[in-house]
Amino acid sequence: MSPQPFGTLKGFGVTFKHIFKQPITQQYPEFKRPVYPRFRGRHRLHRHANGLEKCVGCSLCAAACPADCIRVVAEENTAENRVSAGERYARIYEINLSRCIFCGYCELACPFDAITLGNEFELSEYSRDDLIYTKDMLLAEPIKRIPVQDPELFDTPIPAYKRES
Amino acid sequence: MSLLLAASGDAGEPWWIAVIKSLIVINLVLFGFAYLTLVERKVMGRMQLRFGPNRAGPYGMMQPIADLVKLIRKESFFPAAAIDTLYIIAPFLAAFTALTTFSVIPWGPGWEIAGYQVNGYVADLPIALLLIFAVGSIGIYGFIIGGWASDSKFSLLGSMRTCAQLVSYEVSLALSVLGVILMAGSLSLVDIVAAQDAEVWYVIPQLLGFVVFILAGTAETSRAPFDLPEAEQELVAGYHTEYGGMRFGLYSMSEYINLITLSALAVTLFLGGWHGPWLPGPIWFLLKLCVILFFFIWMRTTLPRLRYDQLMRFGWKILLPVATINALVTALLVVAL
Repeated sequence: MSPQPFGTLKGFGVTFKHIFKQPITQQYPEFKRPVYPRFRGRHRLHRHANGLEKCVGCSLCAAACPADCIRVVAEENTAENRVSAGERYARIYEINLSRCIFCGYCELACPFDAITLGNEFELSEYSRDDLIYTKDMLLAEPIKRIPVQDPELFDTPIPAYKRES
Repeated sequence: MSLLLAASGDAGEPWWIAVIKSLIVINLVLFGFAYLTLVERKVMGRMQLRFGPNRAGPYGMMQPIADLVKLIRKESFFPAAAIDTLYIIAPFLAAFTALTTFSVIPWGPGWEIAGYQVNGYVADLPIALLLIFAVGSIGIYGFIIGGWASDSKFSLLGSMRTCAQLVSYEVSLALSVLGVILMAGSLSLVDIVAAQDAEVWYVIPQLLGFVVFILAGTAETSRAPFDLPEAEQELVAGYHTEYGGMRFGLYSMSEYINLITLSALAVTLFLGGWHGPWLPGPIWFLLKLCVILFFFIWMRTTLPRLRYDQLMRFGWKILLPVATINALVTALLVVAL
């Protein structure tokens, strides 16, 4: 540290020099910084390869949810109306994203990996009602895709208990 | 007002030209204020490796207009315990005095337009400098009353600090221009500019006075590093904590216009006013004004806020003696030579 007032004058020099440097701001809507592969964004519901839903309506996700934002109403699968691979299926599956804290406990609780947290974080709406995502919306591919970092470089290794199952 | 009209009537131009000129000057100053906020945000942003506002219009040029529309459309709320009349009057007082002071600052040589004499100033008073300080001091009442009438602790603390700081630094500010007044032998800004054209820019013989003027002026307009009256981290916002919408806008406006007036005063007193080679007077005036304003923005980005005791010590123990000695030495030299 230089003695005063030279320290102060040096400070003036530093700030003046920075005018000519390129700003480091990332201009968000035009430039989206890729999120990390395990970024917890909006939920997704998944299907099996044969088109049946993975969710069996067990409500474990709703039980695990600390924000109490998941609502599941289950119903029996019948021969003519087979929706999921299990005995029952979720007739109503709603997530209130205005309550969700994106903790990922639902993902951990799910015995069939039917619900996962995706990478989408652009969830703004004009009305609170629009933030209640129904089953159709959660099953559909998200419209706005978020760029994701290369998992090879940025994801942690898949733990052994997940690899083996 | 009649004083101003009478004063400008002396200089050989009809009174209605003075009215038109004051309208133009007020609007230019308001325009300057609007874009000064933008320039400040842009320059500060660049110095901090950010862009500053760049969304509203090309290069963010519409940002001041967007801010204005936002402020006007906001609900104008009251604290329940506020003293109504004073609470409403205070921001108007601050804004009015800020706008008034610019009228005595000369910005051109004067022209002959369509047979009429048009002077390069709105009013040339023999006591112009005194008027600026006097009206500026009335403006301080706007800040103090506003903080007190809000009946909130942060406002009160902010206006107490404003009170203490502005009163302490007003002394140094007035003493720092004493040297200039002694050298020019006049309180009229038009005469001071003419005297500088005849001799030399007063920044050279009065360098000490200039430095004291800029530092005390920074404190007087309560800008960083002397922004204790509105230290966000300690006081929420200072005396205008409880103000919202356009009332807050008026306070913000009066602060920025005070800054512009102070910079214009620095240009007029120390940097030769509108005089300069090749270019016309108003453009030289504007260029010099921009340099001073840039310096204020630059200082705001660079220096951290002073502590309260440091502020008081700096004002009373450094600036005041330096300004006094400067004035005394100048007086001796003026008498001796």
